[in-house]
Amino acid sequence: MSETMTADSAARLDTDPAAEQSARSEAPRKASSIEMQGLHKRFGHDTVALDGIDLNIQAGEFFTLLGPSGCGKTTLLRVLAGLEAPDAGSLAVGGRDITEVPPHRRSVNTVFQSYALFPHLSVRDNLAFGLKMRGLPSTERDARVAEIAAFIQLGDLVERRVDQLSGGQRQRIALARALICEPDVLLLDEPLSALDAGLRGQLQVELLRVQQRLGMTFVFVTHDQDEAMVMSDRIAVLNGGSIQQVGAPREVYERPVNAFVAGFMGHDNLFPVSARDAGRLTTALGELSVEAPGDGTLLLIRPETLDLLPGSVEGRNHLPATVVERLYRGSHAEFRLAVGETHLRAMVSNRGRHLPEVGEALTVTVAPEDLVTLSE
Amino acid sequence: MRQRMIDKTAKAPTRALGRETRHLLLTVTPGALWILLFLVLPSVYLIGVAFMTTGPYGLPQRPLSLDAFERLAGFGFLGWSPGNLYTLLRSLGQTLVSTVLVVMIAYPVAYYITTCRARWRPLLLLAIVVPSWTNQVIRSFGWMNLLAPGTPLSELAVTLGLISPHLGLYPSNFAVTLGLVYNFLPFMVLPLYSAFEKLDVAQVEAAQDLYASPLRTFRHAIFPQTLPGLLAGIVLVAIPAFGMYVVSELLGGGKGMMLGNLVANQFAGGANWPLGAAGAILMILATFIGLYVMRRLGKRLGGGEQVVI
Repeated sequence: MSETMTADSAARLDTDPAAEQSARSEAPRKASSIEMQGLHKRFGHDTVALDGIDLNIQAGEFFTLLGPSGCGKTTLLRVLAGLEAPDAGSLAVGGRDITEVPPHRRSVNTVFQSYALFPHLSVRDNLAFGLKMRGLPSTERDARVAEIAAFIQLGDLVERRVDQLSGGQRQRIALARALICEPDVLLLDEPLSALDAGLRGQLQVELLRVQQRLGMTFVFVTHDQDEAMVMSDRIAVLNGGSIQQVGAPREVYERPVNAFVAGFMGHDNLFPVSARDAGRLTTALGELSVEAPGDGTLLLIRPETLDLLPGSVEGRNHLPATVVERLYRGSHAEFRLAVGETHLRAMVSNRGRHLPEVGEALTVTVAPEDLVTLSE
Repeated sequence: MRQRMIDKTAKAPTRALGRETRHLLLTVTPGALWILLFLVLPSVYLIGVAFMTTGPYGLPQRPLSLDAFERLAGFGFLGWSPGNLYTLLRSLGQTLVSTVLVVMIAYPVAYYITTCRARWRPLLLLAIVVPSWTNQVIRSFGWMNLLAPGTPLSELAVTLGLISPHLGLYPSNFAVTLGLVYNFLPFMVLPLYSAFEKLDVAQVEAAQDLYASPLRTFRHAIFPQTLPGLLAGIVLVAIPAFGMYVVSELLGGGKGMMLGNLVANQFAGGANWPLGAAGAILMILATFIGLYVMRRLGKRLGGGEQVVI
């Protein structure tokens, strides 16, 4: 029985797209949407963790809650898990209101930041825990454990004790322990933050593939904007308990709606607009043409949209500049340029052409369609 | 100059070894002497006494014999009597009952203290511990006054039909149990409190998240984490309770005698040193068996985690 299940899951692991397709159609996983309305949560008298969260997450989406520590992202995840009760607002999964449902009756499972594996149980018993609590007979539990262990390539570890595992292995077990229950929604609370950079990158890809193969709704919490951009279908950027912006990674990165989102996505070329005349905005850099100026009061210039031209070149959105600092990073180089009274950061991909030296005078230019404005 | 430096380095190993040995001797000797003087020698002496014959005034004398163990097992001049066996069973029973009661009281108390605000916790722990700073004898006398015939508590017990009129709650086996529970409660609360304080809440939440009802969350995620504290507490309570002498002497009366009293009586009034020594050896053996069982139990319940006792 368990052997056939293992063989079946081995077939699922096959990277052949046809096999993957058939595996998916054989075992269609349910995916559920999440609707949040007016969620409020306050700790003590003056700590507002959630300040009116309205958010819809679609079925089968890899959705990321992104923000600095204390922004409310983990509280929101805990509200979804049922580990924290909201003071106000409602929460529905798959169209069913679960605001009042206790955590052990929610078809929602969590991968905890600390993994929270049970140290007194073997890997097998950890994996089977949720199934056991749900009352599945032991033969079925064994089969499902074998299946999931093969699925995340942990077959030979199931008899080990938790304290005999490495960080990466624990992370996989924590993921498998939640996935084995086939929940409507999987919640992941910074699951990769405890791992070193190399392993983190590897597990990011692995996690993404798992999600794509299962088509399950994933809600992922992180404070790392790079991780969020790599993994997500959509990102919600949170600050001070409220949502700043929701959108696809490109949208959030390239068109941040306010200074906070821009700053959190790693942008630092932000210039207050001192005067505007149709499509021409004046900042400390000088006058620039902007294709869609909007009504924002800050001009955002992404460093990778800048071009550096040798010498003095006249033209639209051409600014004279001097190199103040150059950081060579192999695949690209970063420059700090003095433009007028202020500084501008530029990033140039290294294609073997001339990289300006410190002190060199040059012209920096940007296309009007690459410029956006945003509010404070 | 250079020559001297080379000499120095060449000599260094032997000299360092000598110094190390000296340091080792200096640090180990006092402890070793202590153990030799106050543990090994008395134990050897005790074992020796147990195998001797009772002389006049109860003092040990040659020849070596197993008389004392026969007496302990109940064989006397008048044939076999179950008195000593009852005393042993009573000791085991009192230990078991009082330990179970202590666990049942201390577990919720320790949990409750961890849920209090951080600044109240030391005060609450102090409230648990401070009474044990008073001498055991004085506290036992206190209980005597509370439980004696005619006191409100005894009258209440009479009214409820628990005891016959004109009797008191003291002296009785009940009073001994009460005294043991009262005495050893702090020794259970403290290790349990420290276990609760270290509790990994994430594991509790993980259990809830994985469909465990509140009861099963306790069974699978809370209880295993407090097990080391619980086992340590049981050892700290059960072993001294088993050897208890003062409480059973003062609160038990003739009917409440425990093994500790049996042993003490042989050395003091009863004056039969070999019998007392045999009783003491029995207690030590019983304690070792208890410790071994606890250790096995801890290993099995604690899975891979070594439960230190």
